Amino acid sequence: MTITRDDVLRVATLARLDLDDDSLDELVHELDRIVGYVRKLDELDTSDVPPTTQVAVSSAPLRPDEARPGLPTEVALREAPRSTPEGFRVPAFVDET
Amino acid sequence: MARTYEPVIGLEIHAQLLTASKLFCGCSTDFGKPPNSNVCPVCLGLPGALPVLNERAVRLAVRAALALNCSIVETSIFARKNYFYPDLPKGYQISQYELPFSEKGWLDIEVEGRKKRAGITRVHMEEDAGKNVHGRGGDSLVDLNRAGTPLVEIVGEPDLRSSAEAAAYMRAVRDILVFVGVNDGNLEEGSFRCDANVSLRPLGETTFGTRVELKNINSFRFVQRAIDAEIARQTVILDGGGQVLQETRSFDPESGKTASLRSKEEAHDYRYFPDPDLPPVVIGEALVEEERAAMGELPSQVRRRWVDELGLTEAAAQTLSQHPGYVRFFEGVRAQVPGLEPKKIANFMQTEVLRGAVVQGQRVSFSVSEGQLAELLTLLDAGTISGKQAKEVFALVEGTDQSPKAVVAERGMEVVSDAGELESLLRDLIARNPKQVESIRAGKKQVMGFFVGQVMKATQGSADPKVVSELLEKLVTES
Ligand SMILES: [Zn+2]
Repeated sequence: MTITRDDVLRVATLARLDLDDDSLDELVHELDRIVGYVRKLDELDTSDVPPTTQVAVSSAPLRPDEARPGLPTEVALREAPRSTPEGFRVPAFVDET
Repeated sequence: MARTYEPVIGLEIHAQLLTASKLFCGCSTDFGKPPNSNVCPVCLGLPGALPVLNERAVRLAVRAALALNCSIVETSIFARKNYFYPDLPKGYQISQYELPFSEKGWLDIEVEGRKKRAGITRVHMEEDAGKNVHGRGGDSLVDLNRAGTPLVEIVGEPDLRSSAEAAAYMRAVRDILVFVGVNDGNLEEGSFRCDANVSLRPLGETTFGTRVELKNINSFRFVQRAIDAEIARQTVILDGGGQVLQETRSFDPESGKTASLRSKEEAHDYRYFPDPDLPPVVIGEALVEEERAAMGELPSQVRRRWVDELGLTEAAAQTLSQHPGYVRFFEGVRAQVPGLEPKKIANFMQTEVLRGAVVQGQRVSFSVSEGQLAELLTLLDAGTISGKQAKEVFALVEGTDQSPKAVVAERGMEVVSDAGELESLLRDLIARNPKQVESIRAGKKQVMGFFVGQVMKATQGSADPKVVSELLEKLVTES
């Protein structure tokens, strides 16, 4: 086992997931298998291969700086559970970013 | 006994790039539009929407980095910074982490006559979050018009050693960005903001103490006060044998104190990884050179030229180079009256013209035209009007398109330099004030002011006080 309960709990906290004990055990088991599977790549020597994050396109296409209309406000707000003309309505929070 | 501590300060500055559209979508970046009216599937974070990078944002970011003496990295990548917040609809911010597009710059600042070079670690591109309104019936409201707005983050080295240095650095960065046309320098609207990392260490120590991050400082005054308050707080803790906690704090201008917001996340809590939706950004040599050319003269270069070649004082050069609009105005007037001493233009701009100047982002509106000022200063220089009258004429033509020449003629404001008229005025005054004349003869030069004042009154301020004094001295000694 390389994935521990603490690892999963920590990631769950960052992901704002509230896990009960059963799902926690299940996730420890599953994540351990997934990570173990990916770890097979370690068997290859990749020391000469530069890190690659993209294979399809070699460089980001650029777009001219032209403002275009987006979605009508009603459409933008339509799928939100709660909204007002002043914004998406969410439980009160404190600005701290 | 209390020890002496040295503050170690580094600033992280976020500056909005002056683009028409957002960083990864075509939504407008206009400020002050109705909430959620400049939004689309990309900046709302709707599933399946794909980001496409704005070319002008890249160009302006490159220009900002060059102006801050950074080197440009040809291939950089965008990463996802993962965190949850109501104003971040995707659940991650697109930023640059491991491979930013520029690094290793510097900036010269000056505090109380001492020059200092502050290092810049890196400049990277990222998108802004939305805006929140609080206290609405137990709810908060989120407006995503600002979400996705292009920013550069300028990460400074921990090279600053006082709150005054930090404020000078923040100002210098702002002036440069406004100068090269990258940012509107508007702190109130949040298009230029700053976080400060502050730690203390015993004087002489070379390792850093635990740092505290002060968030979202939106004025030059507050940056100084916030850092001073934080230095005071950390000093008390260290003097008491305690330990400073690594955390994020905010400054409350009303109490003048900083308050804890949260314990600081470690970088790995953000689980940065390359954004699979965005291929690497490749910035070619041609683009870099185009932006270097577009950058033009930097404020420091303008100042040096003005001081060395035009004989302006450092202070005047500093004031007049605060905004590119001021520079254009000064140079415009200078081009119209090449024979006039530049110092005279600078003085009049500082005392009169800048008072009526309104700065709005990249634009400045002046209360007079370059042509009006050139004409006015020519009249003053020729002695047609006195300095005092020049100010009056200035006030009269402000906000109008009247010619100073016409105003002077209309109001009969030409200086009374007719020696005959002044002499008869003075002779009359001398005859009526023998006591004062005696005092002057006895060496009480300050009494001359009485006569000069009387003449100025009689001529309604249109006489040249210098001419009057000279004439008076001659008359008093000869009679
Ligand atoms: Zn959009």
